[in-house]
Amino acid sequence: MRHHLILRVVTKLLAAPIMLFALYVQFHGDFSPGGGFQAGVIFAVAFILFGIVFGLDKVQQVFPTWIVHRLMALGALIYGGTGVVTMLLGKAYLDYSALAHHPEHGQHYGIFAVELGVGVTVSAVMISVYYAFAGRPPRISDEEW
Amino acid sequence: MTVLIEILSWATIIGGGIFLIIGSVGIIRFPDFWSRLHAASVTDSLGMLLLMLGMCLQAGLTLVTVKLVVITIFLFITGPTATHAVANAALVSGFLPKGKTLPIEEKKTAGKILRRKLKSSSKVKR
Repeated sequence: MRHHLILRVVTKLLAAPIMLFALYVQFHGDFSPGGGFQAGVIFAVAFILFGIVFGLDKVQQVFPTWIVHRLMALGALIYGGTGVVTMLLGKAYLDYSALAHHPEHGQHYGIFAVELGVGVTVSAVMISVYYAFAGRPPRISDEEW
Repeated sequence: MTVLIEILSWATIIGGGIFLIIGSVGIIRFPDFWSRLHAASVTDSLGMLLLMLGMCLQAGLTLVTVKLVVITIFLFITGPTATHAVANAALVSGFLPKGKTLPIEEKKTAGKILRRKLKSSSKVKR
């Protein structure tokens, strides 16, 4: 893939801003359109773009498969763990008002934690779907057509 | 002052819209892939720029303007890059402009030869 000079330069230029925009969507989700799912997809897009331009082995050096698989579980654990914490604090499962003295602040923190879990899981799932598709052996080699 | 800004912003917004409409007509009316790509990409850049300028003038000095400027920079980089990727893929797969024909034998192999050239040059660089 050495000859795609423009694509390589633009990808290097844009990968970091895409991740930054994903974080903006993640943490600004309660004031403007956005949230965990969209942020996770945008975060995964940065890695998928990198993988398309530079090749699967390069992106897997940056973000190995085993980390992606652990992150998938970690996101669900953050989501469920928030509910368990609220239960331990004496309220119902995922009743965020238990998380702080003022129920509104508690709900703010709770939604924040849950959205973080959603974002981590979604980005890990998207990246692993890309890995699974791109890692398949090709049925036709490049020379045949 | 406000009237001047209003007139200026609506002039740029309408101008950008006209450029985009001209580009769309070009996509439908032009005869082959390359000229259509030209119509789509060039008018898109200028029309987008004018529309964003008009919207910035409407928004004034606010956070919205900053976001619009960031979006403009993003589109200004990604639009031509996408066009380049499409054109490059068409060239490598042996697409020719309308009216320019190769003998059938060469037509079949044009893309193959180009791909081989690119592959060998990439090997040399490595």
